[in-house]
Amino acid sequence: MVPNGPQTDDGLVQLLTPTGQRTAHPDYDPRIAHLDADALRALYRDMVLVRRFDNEATSLQRQGELALYAQCLGQEAAQIGSGRALAAQDQVFPSYREHGVAYTRGVDLADVLRLFRGIDHGGWDPTAYGFHLYTLVIGSHTLHATGYAMGLQRDGAVGTGDPARDSAVVAYFGDGSTSQGDVNEALVFAAVNNAPVVFFCQNNQWAISEPTSRQSRVPLADRGPGFGIPSVRVDGNDVLATYAVTAEALERARSGGGPTFIEAFTYRMGAHTTSDDPSRYRSAAEEEYWRQRDPIDRLRLHLEDRGALSQDFVDALTAEGDALGERIRTAVRAMGRPSAASMFEHVYATPNAVVESERQWFESYEASFLDGEGSHHR
Amino acid sequence: MTTITFAKAINHGLRKALEQSPKVLLMGEDIGALGGVFRVTDGLQKDFGQERVVDTPLAESGIVGTAIGLAMRGYRPVCEIQFDGFIFPAFDQITTQLAKMHYRSQGRLTLPVVIRVPYGGGIGAVEHHSESPEALFAHTAGLRVISPSSPAEAFTMIQQAIASPDPVLFFEPKGRYWEKGDVDLDAAVGAPHPALDTAKVLRAGTDLTLVAYGPTVQTALKAAETAAAEGTSIEVIDLRTLSPLDTATVAASVRRTGRCVVVHEAPVLYGTGAEVAARITEDCFFHLEAPVLRVGGFHTPYPVAKIEHDYLPGLDRVLDAVDRSLAF
Repeated sequence: MVPNGPQTDDGLVQLLTPTGQRTAHPDYDPRIAHLDADALRALYRDMVLVRRFDNEATSLQRQGELALYAQCLGQEAAQIGSGRALAAQDQVFPSYREHGVAYTRGVDLADVLRLFRGIDHGGWDPTAYGFHLYTLVIGSHTLHATGYAMGLQRDGAVGTGDPARDSAVVAYFGDGSTSQGDVNEALVFAAVNNAPVVFFCQNNQWAISEPTSRQSRVPLADRGPGFGIPSVRVDGNDVLATYAVTAEALERARSGGGPTFIEAFTYRMGAHTTSDDPSRYRSAAEEEYWRQRDPIDRLRLHLEDRGALSQDFVDALTAEGDALGERIRTAVRAMGRPSAASMFEHVYATPNAVVESERQWFESYEASFLDGEGSHHR
Repeated sequence: MTTITFAKAINHGLRKALEQSPKVLLMGEDIGALGGVFRVTDGLQKDFGQERVVDTPLAESGIVGTAIGLAMRGYRPVCEIQFDGFIFPAFDQITTQLAKMHYRSQGRLTLPVVIRVPYGGGIGAVEHHSESPEALFAHTAGLRVISPSSPAEAFTMIQQAIASPDPVLFFEPKGRYWEKGDVDLDAAVGAPHPALDTAKVLRAGTDLTLVAYGPTVQTALKAAETAAAEGTSIEVIDLRTLSPLDTATVAASVRRTGRCVVVHEAPVLYGTGAEVAARITEDCFFHLEAPVLRVGGFHTPYPVAKIEHDYLPGLDRVLDAVDRSLAF
């Protein structure tokens, strides 16, 4: 690692070492003081279930049930820790790998796979969960998050002191997207408007095949201060630390203190997507290095150390994970093909003569086939 | 009726929208204390405050991207892009996000965002200040693209655009900003649809249909007047909307006249005229006495100001096309 380069692990907020030892941190200890053994087991359960889902989805892609899948493997602590710090009224603008955050917001993980099965460009009602749709154009949604936060300010939903009213927005994005103009513009708009938005950057070290050193000469968190935005680097594989720094940033945002830039230093243990082949650009030694820092193992070791992880709990969780996998598998296989004519729906919110005439033509063309089933040459 | 300039008519329309709904916001560069570089938003920040008439950072993608977020929160942002040639930094947000969010969300999210774009040439400006990029947006499903041709239309159409649940690209013919017309500022505006979806016949005629929109409508009307003195009866249609394109109104006219010329400032290659020509050929083939002709910009970058009037489709070039059609 280059000292002071983007891949250094200097300056990371860490509350659990890779071997599960609790380390003291005067600033952040109070943020997790209320997390008792039950709460820690709940975080462990979240991470285990999300990984079980992730593995199931990868298998479904290999079986031909999904066209593509983007794993969140290795980023469970970054996503669960930050997701569990959110309040019900907060809003999340994800990238496309935030399955763990989706889970914390109550989105049915089967619905997340609609996009990857090729039957939906979205898959859930964003307003029902405060969890917006996946955005595939890198970084575009950071501006939507910032605009939404500007709306919260105008609605008097910031800085009132009412914990049920004060709200914040979190934008999730990756190391690669920090190079995008939109992300930099979002930082400018958020800063000058003092908008209640948390920029949660999961630095998973790889933008498909490009290492973080192709995006920056300095740690990504160093970008924040140049915009006038406080920033923090956190060990993204430490669920307690990601929870603590996100809780702090959310509190700042909700109380009117403005935006925060969080760099969660983590690792994409899997491929970029099921179409990728990481063996072409990164070493087995590097993957092994990060396997030793697995976010789930870390909390497991800590709980075992405390004698807080009974075999009964582990067995029940394994069974729960298997049931989740079975449910996802069944749900995905039962997802039907949309009608071809559904492509004409929802192009506009109001009737549109051009779309309508093309739809009518298409339907009469389909009906012209003797079997009434339409053409199936494809 | 009040006689006001095109720019002032838009200003009055924006003021009405701001008065009628607290959710309407204006966003753009220099639109506050300055009132916009063309003064279209003159006085609005003073009356509605900095939270509703927002001077933004100089970043067009940021303007449109944050407008999308504000619309998700229930606001109705009206963005001003300072000049046509500066819309391209926002092209990504407009085409990949604004145009597609309703579709992506299966109708769960609507984005009532209006993007005002002063467009067209003839004002002696430097590069990037005289372009006509409307076809790029009409080519993108999910956007409505409209352009008013008179102060009265501008006053009404801007309010209808703001009331529309769909995103609207509102192209303002900046060369006409200073032209005056009669506007009834107390007139009820009415629902946006189908009012915004239709072309209008501005002058009846029997020999040829002349189709224009935005800045070229006045040119078309002058051409009709000139031709009338020579005994040719030209029907003039103001398209008003490029997406959706009201082919029915144009086709009904061409079935009577048998001839059609389309005029716009934008380059003719892959332009609105090409679309009109293709559709009229499909719909009215046996009524046509001549091929549909197009008059517009050339396949060159917009030229320097000293020769821009040789690039723009002025009266002579429109009449030349009319003559060629009649002679066919």
